[in-house]
Amino acid sequence: MPEAISALSATELRVAYRSGTLSVREVAAACLKQTERLDPRIKAFLHIDPAAVLSRAVKLDERRAELIDSPLYGIPVALKDNISTAGTPTTCGSHILEGYIPIYDAGVVEGLERNGALPFGKTNLDEFAMGSSTENSAYGPTRNPWDTTRVPGGSSGGSAAAVSARMVPIALGSDTGGSIRQPAALTGVIGLKCTYGLISRYGLVAYASSLDQIGPIARSVEDIALTLEAIAFNDPRDSTSLSDPRGGRYLNALDRPVTGLRAGLPAEFFGEGIDPKMRTSVLEAVKTLEKLGIKVEECSLPSLRHSLPAYYILAPAEASSNLARFDGIRYGPSADVPDIIEQYSATRGSGFGAETQRRILLGTFVLSSGYYDAYYLKAMKVRRLIRNELQKAFEKYDFLISPTTPDTAFRFGEKTADPLQMYLSDICTIGANLAGIPALSIPCGLIEGLPAGMQLWGPHFGERTLLGVAKSYLDASGCNGLRPQILKDGQL
Amino acid sequence: MTEYELVVGIEIHAQLLTKSKLFCACPNRFGDRPNANTCPVCLAHPGVLPVVNRAAIEKLVKAGLALNCKVNEISRFARKNYFYPDLPKGYQISQYEMPVCTDGRLDVTDSDGKQRTIRIRRIHIEEDAGKLLHEGVRSGSLVDLNRAGTPLMEIVTEPDFRSVDEVYDFLTQLRRILRYLKVCDGNMEEGSMRCEPNISIRPRGTEALGVKVELKNINSFKAARRGIEYEVIRQTLMLDRGEKLRQETRGWDENKEESFLMRVKEDAHDYRYFPDPDLPPLKLDSAWIEEIRKTTEELPRPRKERIIKEYGLNEADADVLCSEFAIIDYFETAARKAGDGKLTANWVMGEVLRAVKAGGTIESFPVRPDRLAELVKLIRTGRISSTIAKKVFELMLTSPNSPEAIVEAEGLGIVSDEKAIAEAVALIISENPEQVRQFLEGKDKVMGFLVGQGMKKMKGKADPAILNRLMKEAVEKSRA
Repeated sequence: MPEAISALSATELRVAYRSGTLSVREVAAACLKQTERLDPRIKAFLHIDPAAVLSRAVKLDERRAELIDSPLYGIPVALKDNISTAGTPTTCGSHILEGYIPIYDAGVVEGLERNGALPFGKTNLDEFAMGSSTENSAYGPTRNPWDTTRVPGGSSGGSAAAVSARMVPIALGSDTGGSIRQPAALTGVIGLKCTYGLISRYGLVAYASSLDQIGPIARSVEDIALTLEAIAFNDPRDSTSLSDPRGGRYLNALDRPVTGLRAGLPAEFFGEGIDPKMRTSVLEAVKTLEKLGIKVEECSLPSLRHSLPAYYILAPAEASSNLARFDGIRYGPSADVPDIIEQYSATRGSGFGAETQRRILLGTFVLSSGYYDAYYLKAMKVRRLIRNELQKAFEKYDFLISPTTPDTAFRFGEKTADPLQMYLSDICTIGANLAGIPALSIPCGLIEGLPAGMQLWGPHFGERTLLGVAKSYLDASGCNGLRPQILKDGQL
Repeated sequence: MTEYELVVGIEIHAQLLTKSKLFCACPNRFGDRPNANTCPVCLAHPGVLPVVNRAAIEKLVKAGLALNCKVNEISRFARKNYFYPDLPKGYQISQYEMPVCTDGRLDVTDSDGKQRTIRIRRIHIEEDAGKLLHEGVRSGSLVDLNRAGTPLMEIVTEPDFRSVDEVYDFLTQLRRILRYLKVCDGNMEEGSMRCEPNISIRPRGTEALGVKVELKNINSFKAARRGIEYEVIRQTLMLDRGEKLRQETRGWDENKEESFLMRVKEDAHDYRYFPDPDLPPLKLDSAWIEEIRKTTEELPRPRKERIIKEYGLNEADADVLCSEFAIIDYFETAARKAGDGKLTANWVMGEVLRAVKAGGTIESFPVRPDRLAELVKLIRTGRISSTIAKKVFELMLTSPNSPEAIVEAEGLGIVSDEKAIAEAVALIISENPEQVRQFLEGKDKVMGFLVGQGMKKMKGKADPAILNRLMKEAVEKSRA
């Protein structure tokens, strides 16, 4: 039964490797089998090369003695397709990078390989990580393993779905405004966006550089911690990369007592715009936290109301510049038009999808002379305000609690007609990106058969606290390892 | 008719002499095969990030200090957005609102000797673009990105120039300073230093600035002079005819010696500058700036004043020696070793520069300063005469041997043997009875001729003092 093995967490696999009951090759084969079985329905992967995965697995088996103590030895890790992988296509879910094969590995890919991990295919995403449903992928949407008529969230929808459907224990996503946490919440798994700078962005195809962070998606908190040990390091190739002042260990943070911690419940995330059932679900979870000895009190973060508009000025502004390099000159498809200006517009006009073009236009506009002060500069001020307000909140609280999303997974097409509706999916997650702080989404139960996510916000470099709280909560609540519908369908 | 006054401000782009590019480790070197010096970063592959080259910042700070600028402890990189095939990222990383250096100045001298201060508004760092090649291709262009990402600094002056001579003096001084500091090689013909004057005129006595024209494609000091002079005439004629000037960018056509319209202000790009989110603010430690200030090479002006004092040279000689960093360095090394500034200066300005001019550079000149110093010492101690020294110098151009060894080998040392010299003197006197008679009749000048003949006979090697004495004695003797 392939799922039995592919459903194991990285932590469980490590035990099996140590005792010698499993080989990396067996695990790789099981994950490939599960992918082969389910991915035709889920469509989590854009590229997967089974032969390459197996031959890498065999090589890892040969290097067992050398790597067995590494945090991710023999662990299959899927990568969002905006993370550069030498020799493997990296499309960013866009036609404009069709046929592009990178010649270099991202910093995180090197980190994974240094730590014995088995890179396992590239996952689907909204084009250039712009979206909240994977419906913006040029290669078709990914489906939610809990209900294939619904979106898995986005933009890291492929990564979240692959983990949720037990194709891999761990996947990397990227999070600019909630792109790890929102799909993790919608598919019933765990997703962490780290402190800005903790994980190298070298090799992450930039959407909005000042907000982008790579991070892990997994089904157990231990697995999230293990991944951090492999990918959180100071990378000299990323000038915004930082060293964790508390050192590079995360696994030992899980056993820390949570009793006596203080948590804030910002009223702004429990009112208008949040589905009452979602509110109830998170407030139930809060009761469990209180039972664990955490002191929870209501608080207010009034400037967070401005997160969404500030984000939709700053992110598109940076995107409009970041995406200028896709001009058809050095890589990717190129329109065959003699005039250079027409060549640019034809290449970019057909290469980028509608949402990407919308954001490029929006960003170009807000940076234009005469509008810069009114939009970009003002949004930067709002951002500072939000950062300060959160910093102040963390003088009082060890962490904050909110829903991860206003609602559970929505149906395909439900929000595509109205971009603003789609943008509102990120209303709970964007603040952490603007402030550069870590935020973790964990499952907190089901609403009408669909997963709900609770988000824990921490101060800069507060990952350990969040992981410790998450571990205690999941152990106490029984929300560990929620199994999506697709695993119960048919042959199983 | 209205009399107009010229108002010019200039922007100078200078390529920095660093080993690697501004944001990646690729060599900052020209002349290689197209696209040989590229990597994912300067090719703008998806996902790459820039990392600032500290050496480039150091050069910029050096230049800033030399131009009396304020070096800002915090500055920012900004993106200048525009599309062009030689610009891989679709934006140039530059500096906009917070450059590294601000508020500098440099004094210039007008043709009538008047000194004026030119204020420098800012100096910032930015990356250069690649090159498009149009040759040898049936259709379309080829892109060479070897230059993409190499470090440039841009110096912007205030519109403080009031004459072409001031501009010329500024550029000459600037070029010399940058070369002294090894910041830039200052080669305008090859484009390592590029200058764009902003030129306007206004009725003399008025304060408001006129409508400016930015002049591009200036690739020599001469072109800068001609271009500005041309613009003054063009603009004056237009105003005199009652026409209105437009703010525009014009190009300088070197062959036709005229400017042509490139674009008017309305067509100017909106570059959508914004702070580069990939690069945190550039923080320069004040101790580091001080360190650079202390270790910065001596600048042309103070150096000239010092060598005048230290070696007892006159202003004109000092000017020649200080015209190039390499020359003054060569001179000082040689002069210190030789222990005679004046004599060394004469040799450097004479034989050395003449030989260098015939081909090559002073850096690669075969007679290194220490060998020249040895030669000067041989003259000073009377081992050889100046005439012989010239011969030795000639031989040194092709021989690696010390001048001492050459003198030895060629038997060029001074002859002090009185018997040998007396024989030569006797011969000269018997060969030149007419001149001897003239001398005895009171024509003192003839003695020079006779001694010269004697020296010639001795192949220039006779000790001049002994030769002089013996010649005089012999001539006097013949009077009896």
